[in-house]
Amino acid sequence: MRSVGIIGVGAYVPEKKLTNYDLEKMVETNDEWIVSRTGIKERRIAAKEEAASDLAVKASKRALKQAGITADQLDLIIVATVTPDMVFPATACLVQNQLGATKAATFDLSAACTGFIYGITTATQFIKTGVYQHALVIGVDCLSRIVDWEDRNTCILFGDGAGAAVLGPVEDGYGLLSFDLGGNGEGGDLLKVEAGGSRLPASELTVANKQHMIAMNGREVFKFAVRVMSKSTQKALDHAGLEKEDIDFFIPHQANIRIIESAMKRFGLPREKVVVNIDKYGNMSSASIPVALNEAIEQERIKKGDTLVLCGFGGGLTWGSTVIKWSMDQVE
Amino acid sequence: MADTFNRVKELIVEHLDVKPEEVTLEAGIKDDLGADSLDVVDLILNLEQEFDLDQIEEEDSEKIVTVGDIVTYIEKQKQEQK
Ligand SMILES: CC(C)(COP(=O)(O)OP(=O)(O)OC[C@H]1O[C@@H](n2cnc3c(N)ncnc32)[C@H](O)[C@@H]1OP(=O)(O)O)[C@@H](O)C(=O)NCCC(=O)NCCS
Repeated sequence: MRSVGIIGVGAYVPEKKLTNYDLEKMVETNDEWIVSRTGIKERRIAAKEEAASDLAVKASKRALKQAGITADQLDLIIVATVTPDMVFPATACLVQNQLGATKAATFDLSAACTGFIYGITTATQFIKTGVYQHALVIGVDCLSRIVDWEDRNTCILFGDGAGAAVLGPVEDGYGLLSFDLGGNGEGGDLLKVEAGGSRLPASELTVANKQHMIAMNGREVFKFAVRVMSKSTQKALDHAGLEKEDIDFFIPHQANIRIIESAMKRFGLPREKVVVNIDKYGNMSSASIPVALNEAIEQERIKKGDTLVLCGFGGGLTWGSTVIKWSMDQVE
Repeated sequence: MADTFNRVKELIVEHLDVKPEEVTLEAGIKDDLGADSLDVVDLILNLEQEFDLDQIEEEDSEKIVTVGDIVTYIEKQKQEQK
C-alpha cells in the first residue's frame, strides 16, 4: 500500500487573549499557582460571533495553501471536535460548504483531546487503500463555550483554537509509519459534559445543575495521562520498528506542562525534543497537537526526514499516538 | 524495611530535588520536602512503577503525608502480594 503523509498544515487561534491576571478577577486563583501547576500563562477565547467552523475554515485555508491544492480536490473532510457549531449538521459539512469542497465526504469525529490523532489515522486508511487522494483533517474546539467560568479547577486550563492538516500520498517510506489508538469507557466519568444528548436533553434543570459544562476529576485525569503517554508512544514506536532514540520531535497534547514533564521523565526523552506551547494557548483539546505542529514547522525546527511522534489523550477516555517520517520540505 | 526506605529516599531525592539527609521517616512530603500537590501525584506514579505496585487508589494516597507513610504502605503491599 502506498505511503501517506501530511502535505500541508495550518492553524488559527482567536485574537482575544485571556491571561492569568484576568482570571484572578474571575475566580479565587493567582498567576503563580496557575503557572507552577499547569505552565499556562494565557489562552485564546473565540469572539461572540465565532464558532468552531469559523476557526476551522481559517486554519484549513492555510493548510490547503501550504499543500498547494484547492478545496475542490478534497475527497474527505474530518472535523475532530467536542464543540461543534450545533448538534447537526456536522461541522465538517459547514466547513465543506465554506471552503467549496464540493466532492468531499464529510463527518465529525468525537474523541475529545485525542481527536486529531484519531482523525489523521482514519483519513490515512482511505488514502492508503487508494480510494481517496486528498483528505483534510481539522482539530478544532471552543472549550470556552462549555467551561464553567466559576470552577477554578477547570476554567484556568482551557482555550480555543483550530489546527488543520491536508493528507495525501507521499514519497515511499515517508509519512505515517504507525499508530496506536485506544479507548477506555470505564473512565468516562473523569472528564465529561453529560447533558445535551439523548440521555439528559437540555432542560431548565440541566442548565441549573451546570450539566452542560465540563466536569472533571483533575487528579485522576493527570495520572491517566502520564501512564498512557509513555505506553502508547512505546506501542506506536514498536509498530514502526523504531526506538525512542530515533525520535527527533515529540509533539504531545498540551494539557498541562506537569503532565508532559512527568511523562517525559518516565519515558526518558530529553526536553529539547518535546514541542511545548501550552504557555500561550492552554489546552485547546483536539486543536492543541496540530497548532503545536504548525508552530514547530513555522519555526523551521522540523525538516524533511525527521521522525515525529504525535501523542494525545483525553476524555472518553481516549488516547493515541502516531509515528511520522516527515515528508515536507521546509517552507519559506 | 531499610532497603525499601533507601529506595524511596533515592526516588524522593531525584524527584523533589532535595538533599538525602533531609529525607527522614518523619519528614512531611509537602511540609518539609517542599512538594506541591502535583509533585505528590508524580511521586505516587513513580512509586507504583519502581516497586511494581498496583495502581494506588486516591483514598490511600490521601493518607500518605510523611516519608514513613510511603515506606509503610509499600511494605504492606508487598506482604499482600505474597
Ligand atoms: C487541575 C489540576 C491543575 C489541579 O491540580 P491539583 O494539584 O490536583 O489540585 P487540587 O485540587 O488538589 O488542589 C491543590 C491545592 O491548590 C488549590 N487550588 C486548586 N485550584 C486552584 C486554582 N485554580 N488557583 C489557586 N489554587 C488552587 C487547592 O485549594 C489546594 O489547596 P490546599 O492544598 O491548600 O488544599 C490538575 O489536577 C490537572 O492538571 N489535572 C489534569 C487535568 C487535565 O489536563 N485535563 C484535560 C485532559 S485532556
